[in-house]
Amino acid sequence: MSGPNTDYDPVEVTPLKAEQVDEMREAALAAIAAAGDLESLKQVRIDHTGDRSPLALANREIGALPPQARKDAGQRIGQARGAVNQALAARQAVLEAEHEERMLVEEAVDVTLPTTRGRRGGRHPITLQSELIADLFVAMGYEVSEGPVVEAEWLNFDALNLGPDHPARSMQDTFWTEPAEDHVVLRTQTSPVQARTMLTRKPPIYVVCPGRVFRTDEYDATHSPMFHQVEGLVVDEGITMAHLKGTLDHFASQLFGDGIATRFRPSYFPFTEPSAEVDVLCFVCRNVDPASCRTCRGEGWIEWGGCGVVNPRVLVACGVDPSVYSGFAFGMGIDRSFMFRHDLEDLRPLFEGDVRFSSAFGTEI
Amino acid sequence: MKAPLSWILEHVDVPAGTTTEHLTDRLTLTGLKLEAVVSPGRDITGPLVIGRVLTMEPEPQKNGKTINWCTVDVGDANGTGEPQGIVCGAHNFEPGDLVATVLPGGVLPGGFEIGARKTYGHLSAGMICSARELGLGDDHDGIIVLPPDAGQPGDDVRPVLGLDEETIELEINPDRAYALSIRGIAREVLVSVDGASDFRDPADRQTPAANDQGHPVVVEDAEGCPVFVARTVTGFDPTARTPDHIVQRITASGMRPISLAVDVTNYVMLETGRPIHGYDADKVQGPLVVRRARDGERLTTLDGTERNLDPADLVVADDSGIIGLGGVMGGETTEMSGTTTSILVEAAHWDAVSMYRTGRRHKITSEAGRRNERGVDPTICEAAADRVVELLVEHGGGRAEPGVTVVGAPPATPVVEVPGDLAARVSGMDISEERSIECLRAVGCEVSVDGSGSGTLSVTPPPWRPDLTDAQDFSEEVIRLVGYDKVPSVLPTPPSGRGLTRPQQLRRRIGRTLAGDGFVEVVSFPFVGTSDLDDLGLPEDDPRRDLLRLSNPLSAEAPFMTTTLLPGVLRTAGKNVGHGNTDLAIFETGTVTFPRHAGPAAILPVDRRPTDEEFAALDAALPAQPLHLALVAAGDAVAGGWWGAPRPVGWADAVEAVRSVAASLGLELTVTSAELAPWHPGRCAELSVDGEVVGHAGEVHPTVCQAFGLPKRTVAAEVDLDLLIAHAVHLRPAPTFSSYPVAKEDVALVVDTSVPAADVESALREGAGELLESIRLFDVYTGDQVGEGRKSLAYALRFRAPDRTLKEGEAAAARDAAVAVAVERTGAVQRA
Ligand SMILES: [Zn+2]
Repeated sequence: MSGPNTDYDPVEVTPLKAEQVDEMREAALAAIAAAGDLESLKQVRIDHTGDRSPLALANREIGALPPQARKDAGQRIGQARGAVNQALAARQAVLEAEHEERMLVEEAVDVTLPTTRGRRGGRHPITLQSELIADLFVAMGYEVSEGPVVEAEWLNFDALNLGPDHPARSMQDTFWTEPAEDHVVLRTQTSPVQARTMLTRKPPIYVVCPGRVFRTDEYDATHSPMFHQVEGLVVDEGITMAHLKGTLDHFASQLFGDGIATRFRPSYFPFTEPSAEVDVLCFVCRNVDPASCRTCRGEGWIEWGGCGVVNPRVLVACGVDPSVYSGFAFGMGIDRSFMFRHDLEDLRPLFEGDVRFSSAFGTEI
Repeated sequence: MKAPLSWILEHVDVPAGTTTEHLTDRLTLTGLKLEAVVSPGRDITGPLVIGRVLTMEPEPQKNGKTINWCTVDVGDANGTGEPQGIVCGAHNFEPGDLVATVLPGGVLPGGFEIGARKTYGHLSAGMICSARELGLGDDHDGIIVLPPDAGQPGDDVRPVLGLDEETIELEINPDRAYALSIRGIAREVLVSVDGASDFRDPADRQTPAANDQGHPVVVEDAEGCPVFVARTVTGFDPTARTPDHIVQRITASGMRPISLAVDVTNYVMLETGRPIHGYDADKVQGPLVVRRARDGERLTTLDGTERNLDPADLVVADDSGIIGLGGVMGGETTEMSGTTTSILVEAAHWDAVSMYRTGRRHKITSEAGRRNERGVDPTICEAAADRVVELLVEHGGGRAEPGVTVVGAPPATPVVEVPGDLAARVSGMDISEERSIECLRAVGCEVSVDGSGSGTLSVTPPPWRPDLTDAQDFSEEVIRLVGYDKVPSVLPTPPSGRGLTRPQQLRRRIGRTLAGDGFVEVVSFPFVGTSDLDDLGLPEDDPRRDLLRLSNPLSAEAPFMTTTLLPGVLRTAGKNVGHGNTDLAIFETGTVTFPRHAGPAAILPVDRRPTDEEFAALDAALPAQPLHLALVAAGDAVAGGWWGAPRPVGWADAVEAVRSVAASLGLELTVTSAELAPWHPGRCAELSVDGEVVGHAGEVHPTVCQAFGLPKRTVAAEVDLDLLIAHAVHLRPAPTFSSYPVAKEDVALVVDTSVPAADVESALREGAGELLESIRLFDVYTGDQVGEGRKSLAYALRFRAPDRTLKEGEAAAARDAAVAVAVERTGAVQRA
């Protein structure tokens, strides 16, 4: 290293010849171009732009030059250093891009590998079906009523116009609890909830009551001692069978598809008068050439539930004035609706609890 | 009710060309639902023809039987015109008789295919048929011998035997008892089939007037038995056979032919709906007395059962004692038999409620009881008795005695006031008063309109419709004849609803949370037995052993309503494991039943609303029925795979599942350790909210796992959701948080292994003060470095102030304060 150029000494200016600066620049540019990866470029940067690089050393000599030569040399060296830095930056960008690209290629994985580590949950299809039905009615402005499954005999039967000697009581195979004189049963229908609703709120009443009910049926492909019903009750001024029909038609079309309507046949339920059986148009064959239809077994229609105009006797027992209000009620099996909606022939999987069954339905149906 | 179509059409005319399908469609739409149309010959295919027996050679066999080798002329039906050789085991015929012959290729009921086969040394080409072989009844004593004028050999035998005769099976609702008869169904055909006419009432007949020559009858209970008619037939031939058409009709109607006398009473019951009882008159001693039974009286009924009678039972007695349960079943001592020559015919009207109660009490279901308990036309007793007498005389060669006993009279039918516009108002259809009157008259009502213009009809229902008592009942009659299919479809407009209640929403949320956490919902029956609770390992005094018992459980092993959902879910989990679903997480929600032993739930009146007190008392008498959640997990919580090893389910998964549920309600659970069956005594967490215990979770006791067929380390939880939901946070204030820097401090404390981590944490929280933002236990260590019986708990503490950056040393000071409280409370030693 030279000392400060205090005196004019032409010998000292040799390294600052233009050719030499050009050589330094060319050597640097060649090294940059030759750097194949970021690591060697790093070394090139140290070699050609570092403190000990030729251009840096040359730069330091500028001070030793005579004043006229300083400007010229400064310019030349500055240009050379600028060109080298530019080339370095450009090369750096290229190498970085190449590196990144290579990394992305190297990091590729097999995305078809299995990803499920935990278990997948699911809700019971009957729960989902109940909620779906409740939601259809809530959307119409109804509310959802509830009541206990172990129920007072009076609410399950007497209040619903099923007196102690009503022949219809024998149609319902009731689970009785002990002691018998307590008059407590497992509800055979969700209708006691309707009685409770009338006893606890004033008309207008628009409610649905989904829930579990019990009958002493032996468990087989089509019977279960416990099953699920949904009942609806409307009590308001001027309610007619036409409103019942309209409501069930709407319900059917919402649950089974556009254009699926209901058909009424005269029937008998103590709770209602007049009473009707409700058939729903088969949503598979729509009663067009039903002979080969599995869903409706060739009938074109599917038995769906019962309904009717609330018997004024029931209104009286539940504290509703039949001279002002009338009402309708309907009831359907949720399990049954689910079975024909989802093509299930044997109801037992609903109560067996095999996780493969519920899992299939996820969390909504 | 099964009713042969030809029998119905004997009593009403329908337009020519009316198909069975149309007729039954109309009956269905007006309230008698078609169940099936059957004909006895529906299962018979192939050639079944009239044959004339030409020859028969009896051939004794080694097995003691004698068979007949017959040749039978079947005309051209066999394609050759040659006589058919047939082996026949029966002997009740002779050459020249016409018989029902099925030829090879025919198929009889039961899929019995007829071929030509070698038997008893002959090639038997066909079969001569008995009634049973053709599905015409149980008679297998011999083959059917056809009347000489039945037809020519080779003719199809089906029409001759009524094999093509259609029987319609209708579902009869309890309010339409009148349709449990040909009479009632014919009447329905009249009103429901367009163009039907000329109803011919089988009960409309001239009957001899009552006199005092008949068998004496005393009715002591006129309310229980308003009408009692007795007639007598003598000189009856007990060997007389029931004519074929009667056998066919009662068989088609689903009853078994027994003897002429019995068959005739059944025939008339089917025809008119009025049950009839026949006594062997020679066995009846003295007058018939109708009364209620007395305490201790007994009767052996026709079915051979000896019954202890109840003072509420209506009975028929004679000088010997009780000889029948009136209207329900006769007694053995006066039963008609194969030697009966005198028959006492009883046609009585009984109180329906008594019939129902006696039937239930003695568990007797009979065709007679079914009709009597639903209500029979009280005005046709004389006609029905007369019809029985007529048939007995006609077919049994007897003599109708002139005596006719009639005690009592049909009760008067009350007139009902029915608003003329009621049917229109109820149905929402445009039904005029005139149309209503027309429909009511069509079903047999008498209708009069007072001239006052009040719009009220005075309606007297016909005697066969005891179900028509309220004004609204009559509206149904009108509407069903106008047609349910004509009811328009109109949506009512409910007031604005309030949507789901909050508990309803939260219950759904709980289900979704659990499903999201990998649990699958199941549904079990709520029935348990004490053995289920034994399997859970519940101690004798566990409150869950106080169970509500069912009087009539389906299974003697499970006669109770359960107090816990655990047996159900554990059983279901065990079944799943058995099916190979070994990595398993299931849950169930449902109510459980805790008896309150609060006395009876009153039977309240129905002619008024119960008072609020009465209604509240009703509810208070019912068992408590809280909604529970139970869950079970077993196997691996995280499966093994290319990412690493599996993580097996542990006690913490059960606690976390409930924590997750609580969190979905905005709640944080407090966990303390507890000992409760069926959990592992050292791995059971008691879960509470705001100081109230809501449930338990943890690892299931190994013995319980074994009892339910579950792998060791199975975990479970049970929670009272009603309690949990009651605590749910409704309106939660929005959180605020500091944006100043956080200061982190770690601390490791060594405590006795018996010290709950929750206690250490709460001590640290309390000691750390307000600057503590969060605390997390990140390591638990046991081993040599901390010594026997000790554990090290390592916590990460985060400190932050809401309004400033913490000063140097402030966080460390708070940490030291936290440690100091933990040291004091839990005996902790800070680990270097
Ligand atoms: Zn179909």
